[in-house]
Amino acid sequence: MKLTTTLLTSTALTVAAGVAAHAQDMANDMTFVSWGGAYQASQQNAYAEPYKEMHPEVSIVWDESSNEAVAKLRAMNEAGNITWDLVDVVAADAMRLCDEGLAMEIDHDEVLADAPDGTEASDDFGDLIVSDCFIPQIVYSTTFGYRTDMVPEGVEAPNDICDVWDTETYPGKRSLEKRPINNMEWALLCDGVAKDEVYDVLATDEGQQRALDKLDEIKDDVIWWSAGADTPQLLADGEVFMGSTYNGRLFSAIVEQDQPIAMMWDAQVFDLDGWIVPAGLPEDRLARVMDFLHFATDTQRLADQAAYISYGPARESSAPMVGKHAELGIDMAPHMPTDPNNAKNTFLYNYEFWADYRDDIDAKFQAWLAQ
Amino acid sequence: MSNVTDATTGAGEPVPGENGTRTAKTENGPVMAADGRPLKQTLRRTLRREKMRALLLIAPLLIFVVVTFIVPILSMLFRSVENDIVQDTMPETVQALQAWDEQGTEPPGDEVFVPLYFDLFKASEAKEHTKLGSRLNYEQPGLSSMFRGTGRDLDDMGEEFQDVFEEIDPAFETAAFWHELLSGAGGEALLKERRNLYEALTGEEMRGDVGFTPSTEMAEMLPWTTKAYTDFAIWTAIEEEDVVAEEEPWEAVYAGLGQDLRSPDTVAAIEAYSGPWSTTLKAAAENRDQLPQDSFREMFVASDKDWGSLKAWRTISLYSPPITAGYFLNSVDLTKTVDGIEARPETQQIYLTLFQRTLIMSLIITGSCILLGYPVAWLLANLPLRTANVLMILVLLPFWTSLLVRTSAWKVLLQQQGVINEILVWLGFVDDANRLILMNNATGTVIAMTHILLPFMILPLYSVMKTVPPSYLRAAKSLGATNWTAFWRVYFPQSVPGIGAGSILVFILSIGYYITPEIVGGTSGVFISNRIAYHISSSLNWGLAAALGSILLIVVLALYWCYDRIVGIDNVKLGG
Repeated sequence: MKLTTTLLTSTALTVAAGVAAHAQDMANDMTFVSWGGAYQASQQNAYAEPYKEMHPEVSIVWDESSNEAVAKLRAMNEAGNITWDLVDVVAADAMRLCDEGLAMEIDHDEVLADAPDGTEASDDFGDLIVSDCFIPQIVYSTTFGYRTDMVPEGVEAPNDICDVWDTETYPGKRSLEKRPINNMEWALLCDGVAKDEVYDVLATDEGQQRALDKLDEIKDDVIWWSAGADTPQLLADGEVFMGSTYNGRLFSAIVEQDQPIAMMWDAQVFDLDGWIVPAGLPEDRLARVMDFLHFATDTQRLADQAAYISYGPARESSAPMVGKHAELGIDMAPHMPTDPNNAKNTFLYNYEFWADYRDDIDAKFQAWLAQ
Repeated sequence: MSNVTDATTGAGEPVPGENGTRTAKTENGPVMAADGRPLKQTLRRTLRREKMRALLLIAPLLIFVVVTFIVPILSMLFRSVENDIVQDTMPETVQALQAWDEQGTEPPGDEVFVPLYFDLFKASEAKEHTKLGSRLNYEQPGLSSMFRGTGRDLDDMGEEFQDVFEEIDPAFETAAFWHELLSGAGGEALLKERRNLYEALTGEEMRGDVGFTPSTEMAEMLPWTTKAYTDFAIWTAIEEEDVVAEEEPWEAVYAGLGQDLRSPDTVAAIEAYSGPWSTTLKAAAENRDQLPQDSFREMFVASDKDWGSLKAWRTISLYSPPITAGYFLNSVDLTKTVDGIEARPETQQIYLTLFQRTLIMSLIITGSCILLGYPVAWLLANLPLRTANVLMILVLLPFWTSLLVRTSAWKVLLQQQGVINEILVWLGFVDDANRLILMNNATGTVIAMTHILLPFMILPLYSVMKTVPPSYLRAAKSLGATNWTAFWRVYFPQSVPGIGAGSILVFILSIGYYITPEIVGGTSGVFISNRIAYHISSSLNWGLAAALGSILLIVVLALYWCYDRIVGIDNVKLGG
């Protein structure tokens, strides 16, 4: 495709120029958008602070708007004034932004650094580059945590996704996210659908109804969450026996806050989070962002980030370099969702499927919730 | 003011006791001012000047309100019917679709797929086709990936033609061949038309020199080729800022030539043609049976089988007009089909339930605000000033606290392991195993929102009650009324305007609330605003969000009108 090639070449040229050129060709102020909390702190510690040490003239403003980044970018684009330079979003949102023409297409090999052994970036990131606009940073997972002190006596701790449905053995409430994604897949898995057929079944009306019927079994025992901090809070208060959330949130509740909570990794759903560059940035700002990206997504930086939060680095070459927690000094590897012990039974989020069916299934899911 | 008006309208007798009228009255003529002009005219002029001055004074504010408030709201509401994206992205396809019978049983054939190919190719170069996919996906799941996936295959479809042409004659590989073949005179109108289509597609101005003018001869002989090349030329020159004559054309241009050669008229015309590059063209025409023989429809279906489905085409056809009622239908659980308007499947009906719930719960919240607020306002109005002030601070204190903090505080109180349940269990009123469920349901929303909106009820009530003289109650009692009669017959009627004002405030505020229901409402306590927020920030279906918002606005205005008819808006007082 002609346009893409031209775009890519011009990107490449900008980057090459950016790397070689002097600082005055680049803007010095950047606005990053991220999720706030421990995750944003890990990005600040691992990427932003070291970059600022190398380039003292640069100043970075953080905006904690990743939650509604898609809507805000669209509004900015319509107003013709993009104020963000780099935006951290989940992969599904990156796809939407790319579809809407709000994010810039990236040639990963040109923009990003090679691995230390010379592997090209696109090979190092591999399948995780789910969209042309997306630069993966971390692999996280949505998984369950449970209260260890609420497991009934003489019963084994929950270790199967279907234990979520087993309210007889494990009484107590569950907390699930107030959206169909993940819940529908888990419901089908526990209704006897094979893992590789889940999305085929879910693409049919009958399959969607089947998943909702399965969820109906525990509807009265569920508290629905919409913010990632809800489940750790509900678990800490003893409001629920088990609940789903992002593994990093559970890690911090278990290890950093010492709550009586344990992880249940079965059927954890892998998802990706990474950067996108808004489309339509002026040249000097784009040059600065590209320079930062080249630095912030190299093998060492991604591995460094894992010292602050238990999310797996998106580069294959970073995995062996994951070390200890920056403050507690514990080994981070066993807490990563990608650790072989945790990843015995995993589930990969199907982006294409949800991009198509999200609106439809969400309408059904919300109607079911409102009944 | 009324005095003056009387004087001017009174044509007959002078009103006795009229002051300040320097008027001379003639027997039959109009009343004159001192300067000899009719008083009516002078007065009107003065009044007009006064009005203009007043208008000028508020003009900055008025302009500010119009520009920053009314215009954005109107433009947002307009999205609820706006649907020109389909026509802008695939103009020729939509035109071709008009001839297709959407009631029929067959999806359209190549008369639609050929323009579709060129429309989509152009759109995918401009990165606009995925937007259209997302738009149509709201109506039928699967269309998003159909457009995205096929967008990737368009190059390959054209390359199949390109490879054959280049084998027939290497001249097809050169940029110069195409440029020389297709340029000429008389094609300014075509160029302008294609430029306008681009402007509609990208929403940007496509001004500037293209460095190419299509020839009318070619536009007649090779229509698809010329159109595709013109599009390529405009895009290359203006968006990519390259020289058209030096760039190898899009794959779509080869596909265009392939399509043109399928028409016997074109083949005949080429045989008669003797202009530049005629040998190359003739070679292509002679070897046309080497070209891919698949119809465009077959190529599209091979890329995504949904292109061959009747359902997908019906959706595209139904949503091709630039104005649509579809969003409004969706927001009342209806849907557009080829057979007319139908109810959505029961499993997807949600909005009417939510509208109903929002109204009922807002009424309950307003009611509980009256019940709780009335005694407090009465106390405030009747206690000695010093005590009343302390009480007033207590009312205002939560008012000054952040909404999120207050709602989160309710979470701590209401949850099953929360303060209220703990106390009840400790007191033995509630069994430990059956703790009360006070939040994540409608109860939670009512409790938290009543608390949050209470000041909006108390303050107008208080300011109205403050004006009711205490002597009235004493007078009633001295005339033999019981406490209850005195209150109900004398005091209460005078406080009704305060109730009216407070109720309107609380009711309208609560109808649009969404943070509190989101946090404590669970599933049975969420409002329509939560869905609007979801469509704005999450699903990006702004059209549906705008339609839901418009309906909410209309409902509020209708209720306000009813209130005015029943109670009378003059009866509302925000203060003494």
